[in-house]
Amino acid sequence: MSEKLMVKGTEAIAEAAIRAGCRNYFGYPITPQSELAEYMSRRLPQVGGTFLQAESEVAAVNMVYGAASTGKRVMTSTSSPGFSLMQEGISYIAAAQLPCVFVNVVRGGPGLGDIQPAQSDYFQATKGGGHGDYRLIVLAPSTLQEAVELTYLAFDLADEYRNPALILADGLMGQMMEPVEFPEFRDLKTLPKHEWALTGCNEREPNKVTSFNIDPYELEKMNKVYQEKYLRIIKKEKRWENYMTEDAEYLFVAYGTMARIIKTVVRKAREEGIKAGLFRPITLWPYPYEELHELSEKVGFVLTVEMSAGQMIEDVRLAVSGRTKVFFYGRTAGVIPTPNEVLEELKKKIGMVKV
Amino acid sequence: MPARGYIEINADKCKGCGLCISFCPQKLIRFSEKFNTKGYHPAEFHDPQKRCIACGFCYQMCPDSAITVYRFKGVTQNV
Amino acid sequence: MIKEMFLKKPKSLSEKEFTYCPGCHHGIVHRLIAEVIDELNIREKTIVVAPVGCSVFAYEFFYLDGTVAPHGRAPAVATGMKRALPDRIVFTYQGDGDLAAIGTAEIIHAANRGENITTIFINNAIYGMTGGQMAPTSLIGMKTTTTPYGRDPKKDGYPIHVCETLQNMKGVAYLERLTVSSPQEVIKAKKSIRKAFEAQINQIGFSLIEVLSTCPTNWGMTPVEAIKWLKENMVKEFPLGVFVDKTKGVN
Repeated sequence: MSEKLMVKGTEAIAEAAIRAGCRNYFGYPITPQSELAEYMSRRLPQVGGTFLQAESEVAAVNMVYGAASTGKRVMTSTSSPGFSLMQEGISYIAAAQLPCVFVNVVRGGPGLGDIQPAQSDYFQATKGGGHGDYRLIVLAPSTLQEAVELTYLAFDLADEYRNPALILADGLMGQMMEPVEFPEFRDLKTLPKHEWALTGCNEREPNKVTSFNIDPYELEKMNKVYQEKYLRIIKKEKRWENYMTEDAEYLFVAYGTMARIIKTVVRKAREEGIKAGLFRPITLWPYPYEELHELSEKVGFVLTVEMSAGQMIEDVRLAVSGRTKVFFYGRTAGVIPTPNEVLEELKKKIGMVKV
Repeated sequence: MPARGYIEINADKCKGCGLCISFCPQKLIRFSEKFNTKGYHPAEFHDPQKRCIACGFCYQMCPDSAITVYRFKGVTQNV
Repeated sequence: MIKEMFLKKPKSLSEKEFTYCPGCHHGIVHRLIAEVIDELNIREKTIVVAPVGCSVFAYEFFYLDGTVAPHGRAPAVATGMKRALPDRIVFTYQGDGDLAAIGTAEIIHAANRGENITTIFINNAIYGMTGGQMAPTSLIGMKTTTTPYGRDPKKDGYPIHVCETLQNMKGVAYLERLTVSSPQEVIKAKKSIRKAFEAQINQIGFSLIEVLSTCPTNWGMTPVEAIKWLKENMVKEFPLGVFVDKTKGVN
């Protein structure tokens, strides 16, 4: 680890990717994450990498497909409308089992929406925004330090499982500045070698990278490979944080920027004698259902807070499975709930439950 | 004049499109009366008078790479 | 008398049998590409990007590393490969629906960037795989399953001319439209395909060969009739020739 540097969120993610051994970036400008592309355009040539501004997100995701099929570390970044455009390519990438990393700096939607921070792409990120049965590994940092660490990790997970990984951030994380400690540069020679990669069939049989099989029984076999892999990921890669949950009587569930705000709410509540706690999923897929289930059995109710009209709450309900009440509070369109308004909401719910 | 070569047609690869037949300048290819495994009447090389000039036109037009062309060494080539 | 094999299936074609209809020109063009790859001795460093359409299996038909791109995106996929592995030879194989309709943006920008890749573009003026619908290159008046009364430019627009559209792009190194409708044309086409690959090897820029091809099945003709129709109709709408050649003077 090196000294702490004051950096912007988008740049922190970009630098972490380069340190993880990513030397290929393809992207298309979109607010609020264009600084990530700009940083890459400046930085990648310095380390012998490739930056290319594509003609669209549709082209960018397919350039990622091409570079990933050669076995090289590659990433792209975008924001909500751009991520929608990438869904076709992501489905192909997942089916062809190509490791690569996506960053979606989520903004208010639907449609063109606005450019303020939001969490309304949760369904798209975790339930498959494209066609077919596939999953992305979805990592949701809530600080810039964590964004750096999860970006670094995302490349390793992508390689290990031959699966695309997604950093789900939001406009607030993208634009804020924080001191960050960066990990060491990965020695490119130590990166995993992929014997399936398309590199030219020099002294071996040709490799084929494909998401296609016209024979339904053969395609089902491919699907079974994906599903077995997803089970392994579910078993091994769930990540979450418990914050002041040991004695909690009321449990918040939130992720990303919202979880950061909720930590403040939890502290404020405790100052007023309300024993609140926070369960923060770090991997949104695989979702830590069992861990949340266990906690929910011990609390009076669960309050899910999101910067959306309520998307993760569906997973929270699945996890809680009726063991306790599940409430929701959210703001949409890029409006960020303040700690005070969430605290008021908590008190209101406590009142409701007591009555 | 002796034949300058001959061709072999992989009957099971052939789809009976007839392009080789229509482009053979010596008219030495015809449809077989038999069916191949795909159910087509494949092209059939028929050169009783040894008139094949090994020009390779049949090979050039074959969309299924079903034709191999052989040339005899020592026979004048002036195609 | 000693016999020698004179012409046989090139090594860069796999043993898989083509899934194309009888008389379809895809097979001829596949073989020419494979012959060129064999002759240039680049089989072990060449990667093929297949499209969506009749030639969706092309990545299996070549004895090369390969993949199949989403519909129309082959130039973007090839770009990603080439940027990651600049010393490899990367080519896309695309039909008219793939390249000139859904993939218009990708081909134009790959060409304009002078992306050092080669594209083989099969123009048979119809959608084959999906059953004979109108293609962007369908001729005026041509009957297809979605233009049952003939293509009407007032309603359906005009046939799109890919070579004419790309020829003013500065990144293009070699651009030619040709046919494989006679043995002489086939032999000529091979030389042109070779030039296109050489443009890539010599890093001059983007190269594209448009092959006017037949689709006997969806045109409703025999393979021999289809060639006649191609010569009498397609060539009139899409004139043959070299549109860009920057390979001169480069070895």
